[in-house]
Amino acid sequence: MTDAIAATQGKAALSGDARTRRRHAAERRFRMMGLLAVALGVLALVGLLFSILSSGLSSFRQTYVTMDIYLDPGILDKAGNRNPEDLAKVTTFGYAPLIKNSLAKAMNDKGFNSQLEAGPAAELVSAEAPAILRRYVLNNPDQIGETVEFNLLASGRIDGYYKGRVTMASAELDRNISPEQLQLADELKEAGILTTRFNWDFLTAPDASDTRPEAAGVGVAILGSAYMMLIVLALSLPIGVAASIYLEEFAPQNWFTDLIEVNIANLAAVPSIVFGILGLAAFINFAGLPQSAPIVGGLVLALMTLPTIIIATRAALKAVPPSIRSAALGVGASKMQAIFHHVVPLAMPGILTGTIIGLAQALGETAPLLLIGMVAFVRDYPAAPPEGFFDPASALPVQVYNWTQRGDPAFVERASGAIIVLLVFLLLMNLIAIILRRRFERRW
Amino acid sequence: MNILKLSAAALVASVAFAGAAAARDQIQIAGSSTVLPYASIVAEAFGENFDHPTPVVESGGSGAGRKKLCEGVGENTIDIANSSSRISQSDIDTCKANGVNEIQEVRIGYDGIVFASDINGPEYKFTPADWHAALASKVVKDGQLVDNPNKNWSDIRSDLPDQPILAFIPGTKHGTREVFDEKVILTGCEENGTMEALKAANNGDEDAAEDACMDLRTDGVSVDIDGDYTETLSRIDANKNGIGVFGLSFYQNNTDKLRVATMGGVEPSVETIASGEYPVSRPLYFYVKNAHLDVIPGLQEYVEFFVSDDMAGPNGPLAAYGLVSDPELAKTQEAVKNRTPMGPLN
Repeated sequence: MTDAIAATQGKAALSGDARTRRRHAAERRFRMMGLLAVALGVLALVGLLFSILSSGLSSFRQTYVTMDIYLDPGILDKAGNRNPEDLAKVTTFGYAPLIKNSLAKAMNDKGFNSQLEAGPAAELVSAEAPAILRRYVLNNPDQIGETVEFNLLASGRIDGYYKGRVTMASAELDRNISPEQLQLADELKEAGILTTRFNWDFLTAPDASDTRPEAAGVGVAILGSAYMMLIVLALSLPIGVAASIYLEEFAPQNWFTDLIEVNIANLAAVPSIVFGILGLAAFINFAGLPQSAPIVGGLVLALMTLPTIIIATRAALKAVPPSIRSAALGVGASKMQAIFHHVVPLAMPGILTGTIIGLAQALGETAPLLLIGMVAFVRDYPAAPPEGFFDPASALPVQVYNWTQRGDPAFVERASGAIIVLLVFLLLMNLIAIILRRRFERRW
Repeated sequence: MNILKLSAAALVASVAFAGAAAARDQIQIAGSSTVLPYASIVAEAFGENFDHPTPVVESGGSGAGRKKLCEGVGENTIDIANSSSRISQSDIDTCKANGVNEIQEVRIGYDGIVFASDINGPEYKFTPADWHAALASKVVKDGQLVDNPNKNWSDIRSDLPDQPILAFIPGTKHGTREVFDEKVILTGCEENGTMEALKAANNGDEDAAEDACMDLRTDGVSVDIDGDYTETLSRIDANKNGIGVFGLSFYQNNTDKLRVATMGGVEPSVETIASGEYPVSRPLYFYVKNAHLDVIPGLQEYVEFFVSDDMAGPNGPLAAYGLVSDPELAKTQEAVKNRTPMGPLN
């Protein structure tokens, strides 16, 4: 008997019968499929990150032209009285010749080989440059007649030349740049006038029009997104937490609370554009709040985030063992004391994680903003909050959407750059969620 | 608890502020995505040169912009609607019903519509008749109206390249499509005689014949693009035989990737469109709500600045970007100065 058992056991352990082998093979197959699924997922993520990083990272570097510009009083102050009102009458169109003349002088002084005329040569400098000059002169009228060193952006095509987007061959065909201009750029680079370096302006500058992709940045979009997230946090966290505490701990179990529960779950799955339609009707047309303002965007996104937060909070409250409540009630605490002194603090990590995930979802949302006028060209920074909540602003995903529609190829790089900024923000938020969970999590 | 208290306080504060929204001091513009680049160029320059904030320019389409304009008078309605087609009578009626009585029509210039293919592909010399023969669902073959049999461009005219026909044309929601239908397909229909045959087939009913002319084949040769020109460009990039319909300014920004086709022997450029030699173009407009002119600071200045010679003139930044300057710009400047509201549509 014992021999027989030992014999069969030994046999099964070494080779196994046909059925055992099939079972093992099935398990191996399942593991392989699982591994394959993970590998596919990782591959997709790597592919996405690679394509975004490879086309977007270059937007954080930019080509600049450093040159001395003579602020000609004959152009800027014909009356010669330095009267701010008269100075303001010279528009940016009046400032463009200053750059042309100064660049021609620099080319002449350094003995460049380039035979380019002053006009086409000046196209190497961004169309934003006259605006920078004008702002400087209006702020420092005493500098008129002096020669001042300016740090100006190079035009998008020149910048593209140093990033590999524009080549001599493509410049041949390109109507906006010529090989002669690229040759001049190379000479300027050798002379140290043209430099490529890290571009803080991409993070701080506002959007720019189609003629100057080099000047476009995500500053206004970051501010607008941050304002909206503040509003979403301030509104949906207290409302969501209060609603879930009531539903979970106080509300009687009847058909009415069941109905509410089903509706909250449904609301979480409503397409976000619906919230945009609601926002347009309720906040702009009825309440008279301004268009394109973060306050309206924040309100709409808060509505959208509420169900996520309620569901997460209720799950976190449910996960607190009933013994904690019973113990608190047993030593004489009131129901409210038991909940606020014991249950909610223990559920806090779950609540915060849910909130941050809801916020991250709201941060990447474009569709509801389309209807409330935030998908727009906005160049002025909103003021500091709370007034700034009512100023027009853009948002990060909106900026990505806008830039992918522009005609100039330089905006492709900008759009990918904005996606990187958005991803970094999402990563930070998720990191905070993980840290909070790790720090405060309690296990039973 | 602290977080709860803090956010409760913030909630109270923001609700309190919601009641005290300040008066709007920036111009709000919405409408055509074709006009958007021009409007944002002007808005940017306006913000740099005037003491007013930079206007906020939304896109969303000509129709949507005009609808928003006609929602009523007041600070939470927009001031200007950009439009790549003329305002319609139904829009004007909506405007009137909502108390928007005086609107100014400002024509800013002309937009050329060009046909372009991959830069390394063959050169195309088209006529509108070729396009009709390529894309219409019914064509005349040997005196008979038949379903379009043409597979290659060379089937239509032997001197066209021997390439499969594949056209990426704007979807029906685009204003560009209307111009394409009218100035290319319909003109071509008349030129190659299909119009006559269709009229005969419809017992002389001209409207029915026109509709039949613009009925395009649905066998995958003509592809509607509902996105923007960047989508058309990437389609051509993926399918080198394709020919796309673009705005002149988009083409001018991508001359290193696209080869433009001539139409009726004329190459599209700002000059040929301005002179009227190049046949496929359309006027671009914006519409201003007169009731807002003295209410929203800077609105009058913005309108005048937009049509000034510095901006919209033949040497201005708009022309450099691809807008065909209006030869009658001086007239527009005069009308804008006098705030002349538009008359009834003719």
